[in-house]
Amino acid sequence: MSKKRDRKSNTGIGAVWHRLKKNKLAVVGLIIVIALLLTSVLAPWIAPYSYDEQDASSSLVGPCKEHLLGTDKLGRDILSRLIYGSQQSLKIGLLAVAMAACIGIIIGSIAGFYGGIVDNILMRILDVYQCIPMMLMCIALAAALGAGVINTIIAIGVCTAPGYARLLRATILTVRDKEYVEAARAVNASDFSIIMTQVVPNAISPLIVEITMSIGGAILFVAMLSFLGLGIQPPTPEWGAMLSEGRSYMREHSSLVLFPGICIMISVLAFNLLGDGLRDALDPRLKN
Amino acid sequence: MDNNKLLEIKNLVVQYESDDSVVHAVNGVNLSFRSGETVGLVGETGAGKTTIARSILRILPSPQAEVVSGEILFEGEDLLKLSEKEMRKIRGNKIAMIFQDPMTALNPIERVGDQIAEAISLHNRVTPAEAEERAIKMLEMVGIPGSRYSEYPHQFSGGMKQRVVIAMALACKPELLLADEPTTALDVTIQAQVLELMKALKKQLNSCVLMITHDLGVVASICDSVAVIYAGEIVEYGSLADIFDYASHPYTKGLFASLPKLNSKERRLKPIKGLMPDPTNLPKGCSFCERCGYAKDICREKKPETIEMSPGHYVKCFLIEEVQNG
Amino acid sequence: MADLLEVVDLKKYFKTGSGMLHAVDGVNFSIEEGKTLGVVGESGCGKSTLGRTILHLLDSTGGRIFFEGKDVTNPSKRELGRLRKEMQIIFQDPFSSLNPRMSVSEAIKYPLKVAGGMSSAEMQKQAEKLMDVVGLASRYANAYPHELDGGRRQRIGIARALALNPKFIVCDEPVSALDVSIQAQVLNLMLDLQEERKLTYMFVTHDLSVVKYISDDILVMYLGEVVEKAPSDELFANTLHPYSKALLSAIPVPDIHNITPVIPLRGEITSPIDPKPGCRFMARCPYADEACKKKQKLRELYPGHFVSCCKCEAINSTAN
Repeated sequence: MSKKRDRKSNTGIGAVWHRLKKNKLAVVGLIIVIALLLTSVLAPWIAPYSYDEQDASSSLVGPCKEHLLGTDKLGRDILSRLIYGSQQSLKIGLLAVAMAACIGIIIGSIAGFYGGIVDNILMRILDVYQCIPMMLMCIALAAALGAGVINTIIAIGVCTAPGYARLLRATILTVRDKEYVEAARAVNASDFSIIMTQVVPNAISPLIVEITMSIGGAILFVAMLSFLGLGIQPPTPEWGAMLSEGRSYMREHSSLVLFPGICIMISVLAFNLLGDGLRDALDPRLKN
Repeated sequence: MDNNKLLEIKNLVVQYESDDSVVHAVNGVNLSFRSGETVGLVGETGAGKTTIARSILRILPSPQAEVVSGEILFEGEDLLKLSEKEMRKIRGNKIAMIFQDPMTALNPIERVGDQIAEAISLHNRVTPAEAEERAIKMLEMVGIPGSRYSEYPHQFSGGMKQRVVIAMALACKPELLLADEPTTALDVTIQAQVLELMKALKKQLNSCVLMITHDLGVVASICDSVAVIYAGEIVEYGSLADIFDYASHPYTKGLFASLPKLNSKERRLKPIKGLMPDPTNLPKGCSFCERCGYAKDICREKKPETIEMSPGHYVKCFLIEEVQNG
Repeated sequence: MADLLEVVDLKKYFKTGSGMLHAVDGVNFSIEEGKTLGVVGESGCGKSTLGRTILHLLDSTGGRIFFEGKDVTNPSKRELGRLRKEMQIIFQDPFSSLNPRMSVSEAIKYPLKVAGGMSSAEMQKQAEKLMDVVGLASRYANAYPHELDGGRRQRIGIARALALNPKFIVCDEPVSALDVSIQAQVLNLMLDLQEERKLTYMFVTHDLSVVKYISDDILVMYLGEVVEKAPSDELFANTLHPYSKALLSAIPVPDIHNITPVIPLRGEITSPIDPKPGCRFMARCPYADEACKKKQKLRELYPGHFVSCCKCEAINSTAN
């Protein structure tokens, strides 16, 4: 193919941002993500009540002036709990994914770069690992380590890491034999330097997309674990736990499950939209 | 104008649109081919060679590429005005194309013979048995034993694959064959075999061939006339002798000077200085003026007209006389 | 002048599913300091593998490599580090040989960074100097490879190879991906650099017209073996091996008055996996007979002109 020289791959951060900006859905996703982050950081200032402030006189009220989204059976303000709940959901989602990414990048880059027997051993271990259903694994880990924030993070992180490792290994295989890697070896660069400067930066784009998308998944997972009583423990507010608590009053007070459900849905959707947009923005070939 | 022209391209302009700029790929090209003639289209990467071939077949990438103006008359009919249905009857039948990379032009999971037979039955009313028979004949014509009909592309070497691609292109005896760098991906000895084959087949079928290449050596060995293209414009057109013995455009001359020659003792080549202009931002005047050693003010201000230097030898340059004298 | 590099009976085999692939099979040659050795052959003849084996980017299967008279076949880690400052490589594909995430100056600084012992200001200065040497305007220092054309990219590749001030450079088809007018610019640059810095090149290519222009000596390879070795002018004036003859005749010459007939070759390159002992060109050679089934040796037929064909005398006397 001739021409279009100037349209060849554009991989700089500026170019990615430029392309991301054009995708309206991705921008919406990004705005929601930023809003969520701000909410969780500013929770003490924007929440009308404290998350554990009980008001026995007004338990299980519907949305009204004092309590915009109503209260739960202990008379706690649902809006405030949702706002504080975003802290937990985001913290666990982000940290769990970050942990998974670290493990995944280390295993994936070693397996992909060295190949051969190292690759074989690592991949077979992951094979065995991935035979265990993820949800079961998560529940087992959470049960074994005990409930709580840190343990939830570890459970989710360990469970999602193999997927990242595989993805990175696959992209590294295509980058490993590029001539610029050979050129780096020809100047006697160490394996570590080659992996960090030549290989990983060129293989990371699909992983970034995957990570963004799975933050949504991780939030869902936190909610699920908490819903089952294995995640965050009361009184710390968490969307999944709130959903679980509200379950018994679902018929009469649907707002107790409706609002946490909407929060989970919106935040998962936002991360997925952002991830989808990033995928298109990071891969110039998909551009039309 | 004689009327035995098979194909005539008139003032073709093609542009590619990208986010914030317009790539001027082909800028007012006029070309015509007679039956049985082989025309070489020579130029560098990005000069617009492939775009011209794709415009003829109407397989430009859409929606980025657009034919802005011009006519492509094939047997007197404007291809650009035909409906997609009519065009499909011409594509692969009356006009066929050979692509540069034989590895990607073949379907890896279909037997090669079937791929040729498919091309035949698409445009001819034949029974499957007849199509197969003709496909075997085509394979044998390009020097592949008919017994290899049922093999898959990966069982063939690069040169063999390109032969299959040629057999497929010639299966319907096209009147015009567009060959886009058909030998660039091949080794020299294999290239020589394929070029010989193309020469022989052309004689046999009396097809007209548009040979797109960057290699003047290939042009010398197979073409009857040559069009030199630079930044989307034909800067020189003439017979083989016109171009090789009386090259007149500074660009054509520069091309010849930058080739390492087998029989010269010089220790330095004479490259053309600079680079092709940015196709999104072409100069106002002659597009070669930035790199031209002869350029004067007029070259930067105005686009040169095409001048007929001698019968059939056209040059697009203001300063032909000066260029010839020095 | 002394030989800078000497290669004795070098072998590189690859294990494949269907047997041993003899990519480089018993190659001998030496290059004098400041000279250029052209290595010519078609795809799959082992020419690129040869270059990479010499640079220790691939481990050799057998044979010896001498650099500046020292045996460097199996270097220690420290020796290898020293060696890699002396020997560099320029790649064919200016697209895949540059890291798309590194700017021009980062790419040129990378070897310096790896070598260590330089402050970042010194490295910056050195990178600027190198860009100037290879004719890259300083305004491109922060550009990324995809923003540049093939010729400029290849100049970055050359600057990177020069960064450690090597004595010997393997040039693996450095101009075959470039347009003719740009190819001439890059070739001239390489010749200028050779003169200024007394560089020794091993120039690997399939393009015979380029190799003739740049080389002092030429090695013709076929299926991992050297079939002919001679000074450049001698090889073109007095081609002896039937394969070299066919290869030469197959180059399309851009001259309509001097079209030489192509010597047709039957078939295609045979498989390099577990080759039979005899002449590897036999299957395609018009002169082959029983005698060719024996192992061929490289013989010196004329001073400095080696050929590995038992029928050479017979072929060339009938031809003349």
